[in-house]
Parts: sequence; structure tokens; C-alpha cells
Amino acid sequence: MHIAVLIKQVPDTQEVKIDPEKNTIVRAGVESIVNPFDLNATEMALQLVEKYGGDVSVLTMGPPQAESALRECMAMGATRGVLITDRNFAAADTLATSYTLAKTIERLEKDFGKVDLIICGKQAVDGDTAQTGPGVATRLGCDQITYATEVDDINLSQKTIKIKRRLAKGVQIIQAQLPALLTVEKDINEPRYASLRGIVRAIREPVIEWNAATINADPEQIGFKGSPTWVKRIFTPPPREGGPKLEGQDAVKQALDVVFENIYFKEVIFGEEGGACKL
Amino acid sequence: MSDSDWKDVLVFIEVSDDKVQEVGFELLGEARKLATKLGQNVSAIIIGYDVEKFAKDCISNGADTVYIVDDPGYKDYLTKTYSKAFVQVVEKFKPDIVLIGATPLGRDLSGAVATVLKAGLTADCTGLDIDDKTLKLLSTRPTFGGNIMATIYCQKGKPQMSTVRPKVMKMPDPDLSRSGKVIKEHVSVDPKDLTVKILQFISDDCRDQIEIEHAKVLIAGGRGCASPAGMEKLKELAKTIGGEICGSRPMVENGLIPSNRQVGQTGKTVVPRVYFAVGISGAIQHLVGMQNSNVIIAINTDPNAPIFKVATVSIVGSWQNAIPKIIEEIKKRTGR
Repeated sequence: MHIAVLIKQVPDTQEVKIDPEKNTIVRAGVESIVNPFDLNATEMALQLVEKYGGDVSVLTMGPPQAESALRECMAMGATRGVLITDRNFAAADTLATSYTLAKTIERLEKDFGKVDLIICGKQAVDGDTAQTGPGVATRLGCDQITYATEVDDINLSQKTIKIKRRLAKGVQIIQAQLPALLTVEKDINEPRYASLRGIVRAIREPVIEWNAATINADPEQIGFKGSPTWVKRIFTPPPREGGPKLEGQDAVKQALDVVFENIYFKEVIFGEEGGACKL
Repeated sequence: MSDSDWKDVLVFIEVSDDKVQEVGFELLGEARKLATKLGQNVSAIIIGYDVEKFAKDCISNGADTVYIVDDPGYKDYLTKTYSKAFVQVVEKFKPDIVLIGATPLGRDLSGAVATVLKAGLTADCTGLDIDDKTLKLLSTRPTFGGNIMATIYCQKGKPQMSTVRPKVMKMPDPDLSRSGKVIKEHVSVDPKDLTVKILQFISDDCRDQIEIEHAKVLIAGGRGCASPAGMEKLKELAKTIGGEICGSRPMVENGLIPSNRQVGQTGKTVVPRVYFAVGISGAIQHLVGMQNSNVIIAINTDPNAPIFKVATVSIVGSWQNAIPKIIEEIKKRTGR
């Protein structure tokens, strides 16, 4: 089985700030990490090839330094890392990114054989869009299974996969056709630490590097040109302000007077769905 | 075809369990405001089986036209079938703007639809407006984990698509006297698109505990109540209001909750509707994991506890005193 994992290198979001004069995001000095959801995607892929055999290709589109994110996944045990990097990819939104990744998967299949399963994190923690995975699936015409939490079974001869996925009000169990694309939740597994052997291998093995030409991308559909959306401005949200602080004999009563007027509180306390199941 | 051929603000009405998801009506209210600024109309699209009956609710909540794609083949949501129907309606009626609720289903659908249409799509917005000069849609959304807000627009192409977070826009007051058009669109389900089979659905109602990141109400304990007696009171409150128990690190260290119920930097980030912070001082490591909760009710004996700076309402006092009173008051006010 050949599994492709799509990952992204992101800034550690807790540290991100805005330069108030230039109105741009300050990236200098901010540590880069593998998008946490993507580590879960990698872990899921590794567990699946341990069970069903095969190899794991980890792909990322990004600047040259995104190579370190690939090496981190290779150290965990991924068979190969592919960096798709090109100046012309800059300023890509999710539409252009999903095009680029779909073209990369086509090239990957030429070089390393058909892909049976594509796994992505549910979303990247910098953009939080959750749109790139569905975009890639739509472009490749394969089934997209978002919010996957567990793979119950893969039948390689029937080309089917049975998966649990998390929906707003419960867990759905579905069967889909391979090849399929999964996007995974963060808490589905515990990403493994790299072994010493894995780290040594990840240092020695080359990372495959492709660009717009080698994946045969249409210049009109990548980067800025292929991106309909554009950021007009960024700003820091106003800080949350604390509400009334109540003391004394009637504090609880007064506090509940406040929250019983709140739409969200009313929703959970009087709503049909209720807060949970244990009423 | 020029951009000016695209008119109207189209809202996706999500139906599940034979009920319209409220975010659809919230978006109709918002669409009305945008359409008024643009001098356009509001339309709605409903896809499903036996869904025509919801058209009048859409009209009374602000839609001028309702497109219905109704067929037994759309009984269950499947990305491929729904996106095909959606794309056909958009290509035929050419809306300027398309709004979809940022529910799990809405976000699954919107990514597929926008990709086929090659349309700009902005995810999970919390604010919408029209640019006075260009008349383009301005979508504002939190990014970088909520540390930064970004306003996005479509530099080219139509329609302009956004998914919008539920419960952010105000529900419109329905006007039952409004009239509108209902247009039935037939989009047949291609058997080739039925590659996904739904085998089973396990509702949260049937499960003992739900993961804290999916709970609507969380009762969180901290150092101040990290004892078996404190835990008992937290459970009692959880039972009354229907919530799940979680906490800060001391609750885990004292063995009262498992580590997958820890909230904060080294635990989980949660955004429930209601978060009770009991005996939690509110160190930054905890705040980053819960400060986006819709309602925060904090109880602490220290009047200067940092948690009070983010709380919707704060009670200065001991949990021993406060929790029994809260339980009593809630029972009284809800008749439980």
C-alpha cells in the first residue's frame, strides 16, 4: 500500500505577533514546527503500513527550509520526503495549494506507484482553513473523508476502507473506495518519537525536491496567479474584557441573572440538544 | 462572461435530522444586509429529501428565492452528490456571493464546491461586509489560533464564497408575511458518485462521556478544588447542567481526571458554549486553552485571580458555598 501524507510547516502560533507599523506578521525569531495535526496524520500512515505493508511518502509545499519538517517525519519512519518548492508558488491560497498538491501526487504516482490513501491533518494551525484537503480530493476525484478518527479496516483486494469520523453530534462509521483522502483530528493517536536509527536515516537520506516545472503545473493555477483570495488587512483582536465581579450573599444569584440573559447560556440550558447526555 | 453577470447572495440551508440548522437562518439575516448594500436579492439553496417544506421558513427569514434540490438520493449527505447539485445551481443562477455555515458538513462541502467552481473561499468567518468602493465581499476571520484577525477578499473571479461560524450572526426576526419564489431544480444522482456508504451513526446521546473538545458545557476544576470533595461537587454541577468535567494540571496530578481532560497549553484547547472555572486562578498556560469559550463563569476566593479578567461573570467566594447555590438556582429557574 502506498500512502501519501500532506504536511505543512507552520510558525508556532502562540508566539505570532503583528508588526504594528508594517501591519505584517512577524516571523523572525518564531520557531517553525510541523503542523500538529499533520504529525497525527503521519502517525496514522505509519501504523497503517505496519499493519498492511507498503510505504509512506510525506509531501510538503513550502520554502526550502520546510525540508526540516519532512526530515522530522522521515525520522518518525516515513519512507521518503518530497519538497515542492518554487518561487512561483508564493502567495498561494487554498485553491492554488490544492492544485499544486494534486499535481504533485500525479508526479509521485509516476515515480513511486499508485497512491491508495492520502492523509492530511484536519487543518493547519496557522490558517485554520481545513480547505486544502477537500480541495485535493475534489481535484483527484477521490472520496474525501473529513474529521476521521480511526481506520477500522482496509480491504486491499476490494479496495475499500472502513473509517470512523467525528461529526457535530456523534460518530459516523462509513465505508469508502480507495484511493481516498482522509483528514484527521488531533487526538486520534500519539505521534511517536523518532528512533535514533530514524534520525540517522533522516539525516543521510536525500529529500526529493520538485518545482512547478517538474510537477508539470500550469503557471496560471499556482501561487498568486492561481489564488482568488487575497488578504486585505490583518489586525490584533481586541482583548477580551472581564465582566462583573460579584461578591457577598447574593453573588451567585446576580451572576446567574447575567448568564441567563446570554444567548449561548440559554442555548445550552434550554436548547433541545442540551449540554450533554447525562441529564 | 463578466463579473457583473453574477448577482444575489446565496445561502446554503443545511438540513439534518429533518431540521434546518439555525446557522442557515443566521446567514439569511446577514445576507439581507449585504444584499441591501449591493442592491441585490437574497436566495437560499436546500439540498435533501423531503425538504421543500422548509422553503417558507427561508422566505420568512429573508430569502427572496429558494432553490430546492429534492430527491431520495440526497437523503444522506455525501460530499460528491451534494457538491455536484450545489455546483449546478450556482452555475445556472450565478450568485455574486455564496455563504455556508462553518459546521463540519458545511466545511466539508464548501471546499469541494469552491474547488470545482475555482472560486475564492474564505473559511470560518466571524464578520462580513461589503467594500464601499469595489463592492466586493470582505470576510473577517480569526487566524493563527485566534491571535490575529484577517480580512480577506476575492481579487478575482465569482462567486465570492465564505463559510461563517455558527452563532456569530444574529438570528433574524422571521416575517411571516414575506413572499418569495420557490424554484425546484432537478439534479439526478449519478450512481458512480455513491462510493461512500454510511454504515452506522453513534449519537453522543448514547455515549457515557464525550471528549471535552466536543462538549457544549465544561466544568473545570483547578488547584482550589483539586480534592475528592471538590470533585464530588463538580460532578453534581455537571449532572445538573449537563456538562463534562475537565481541569487544569493539579486535577491531573491529584489523579482526579485523566490527562486527556486537561485544558491548557500542555493539554487541550476547548471552545465550549459555557465554561465553569472552579478554583482556577487562570495562569496564562490555562487561559490559552479556554479563553475563547462563549461564556466563562469563574469562581475563586482570590478577588485578584487572573481568570476574572477573561470571565463573563465572576463570583468571588469559595466553591463550597457557591456550587450548591448555583445548582439550586439552576434547578429553580429551569424547573428541573
